[in-house]
Amino acid sequence: MQQPQPQPQILTRNLNAFFRSTRALKDVNVQALPRSVLAVIGPSGCGKSTFLRCLNRMHELIPGASASGQVLIDGQDVYSSDVDPVMIRRRVGMVFQRPNPFPTMSIFDNVAAGLKLNGIRNGHAEQVEKSLRQSALWDEVKDRLNAAATSLSGGQQQRLCIARALAVEPEVVLMDEPASALDPIATARIEELIRELRERYTIVIVTHNMQQAARVSDWTAFFYMGELVECAPTERIFTNPAEQRTEDYVTGKFG
Amino acid sequence: MNRYLQRRLANVVMTCLCAAAVVLALIPLVSLFWLVLSKGAAGLSWSLFTSLPSPVGESGGGVGNGIIGSLFLVGLACVFGLPIGIGTGLFLAERGNGRVGDVVRFITEVLSGVPSIVVGIVAYGLVVVPMHHFSALAGSVALALLMVPTLARATEEMVRLVPSSLREAALALGVPQWKTSLRVILRTALGGIVTAVLLAVSRAAGETAPLLFTSLNNQYWNFRPDQPTSSLTVQIFNYAISPYEDWHQKAWASALVLLLFVSILNLASRFLSRSRLRGA
Repeated sequence: MQQPQPQPQILTRNLNAFFRSTRALKDVNVQALPRSVLAVIGPSGCGKSTFLRCLNRMHELIPGASASGQVLIDGQDVYSSDVDPVMIRRRVGMVFQRPNPFPTMSIFDNVAAGLKLNGIRNGHAEQVEKSLRQSALWDEVKDRLNAAATSLSGGQQQRLCIARALAVEPEVVLMDEPASALDPIATARIEELIRELRERYTIVIVTHNMQQAARVSDWTAFFYMGELVECAPTERIFTNPAEQRTEDYVTGKFG
Repeated sequence: MNRYLQRRLANVVMTCLCAAAVVLALIPLVSLFWLVLSKGAAGLSWSLFTSLPSPVGESGGGVGNGIIGSLFLVGLACVFGLPIGIGTGLFLAERGNGRVGDVVRFITEVLSGVPSIVVGIVAYGLVVVPMHHFSALAGSVALALLMVPTLARATEEMVRLVPSSLREAALALGVPQWKTSLRVILRTALGGIVTAVLLAVSRAAGETAPLLFTSLNNQYWNFRPDQPTSSLTVQIFNYAISPYEDWHQKAWASALVLLLFVSILNLASRFLSRSRLRGA
């Protein structure tokens, strides 16, 4: 018997992205279900990071960049004219390729930064602890919350950045190659963390590491030259893709 | 082997030339310090810092009002100059890539090349003429005008050094752009900006020309911005051009005080910028 289809948390309709007149994304239609991990793979320059940055309207911050089409988060179009991009970014958190903690702030202040800068006065301590526990960093830093964030290792800094994103309680977390600057052990911890976070959040992760996509994601979208070639359950993408180009890429024939 | 010797010889000669250039550059600095120290040290006394200037022939007296006046003028100049200078720099770094930015940058460059005496005339026209008398306010406006361009350029440089990944991190948290600029970007650049402020303050504290016809001078203590005010630099000028030996002595001692003040500010800024680099 067919399960009733739940409403997608993220749905893009004919999403196009531009850098001045260059079209970086061509009519992309993708969806992600609530509490699932969508991996975005593809060769360098195929538009996967651009796609990710369109989802929380970070793309348009680059001078000359623009986007058209629809991105529905929980059914609301984030590109609708009455939507404030700042409010979208509070609902859609982001983790970047390189750990980027605020260097002038302590560990605690980094996690609380989103709350403080958005004018939320109370409950910082509870929220910081909760976020650090969720990002599996609490036990390592609980005795030195006032130490500088830059005193942590690279892998710890990245988990701190994840905690910082979680502290504002987003519905969706976007991750742009979150482990590509980390060593294998730190990478494994991040992947483990992604599988845990999946219980509460919808996650979209860009990765150039296909094994990583296979390990952490439920669905995989393959991008090539700005087009979405195929979006399917991860297992199918890696074992029985519908498109020849997908098979060529995942078997290492190009890219 | 012959080539090798040649290269080594050339190396030694060039190293010696460079060392000689360093020594030549240091001679004026060291001799200046030595001259001021040897001539001024004898005049240092407690009353120099605490007393008002005394009339000719009367012993004692000091430049207490000049020291306080200089601090007062520089402090007031900071009130006008810091927000404008730092704000301009922040604007240039964050929004200064278009035509407006180019124009503003050009204006600050021109302004930083204007001789300080001309800036004094401008302050005279802007403040002294409408008020009909000399005032601390006029002097501080002149000093602020001198501080703004250097502060703007230094702030722009420091803000541009902040990695864009920090801006993205803040924006991705749903922080509005203006708050990101002020609370994240400016705060990260603060160490460098403080260094620039200290240098600008030490430059302003050493200015004489723009004060001559703005804040003028005052024989007494003054804490009112609308009254003429004594300053260490103008006091030194007046003492130095006088025909009295006793006043010359006071000029040297005052010069020593000013030199120490400026040196301490410079050292502090060096120390701050070094500890900042270590932290990064």
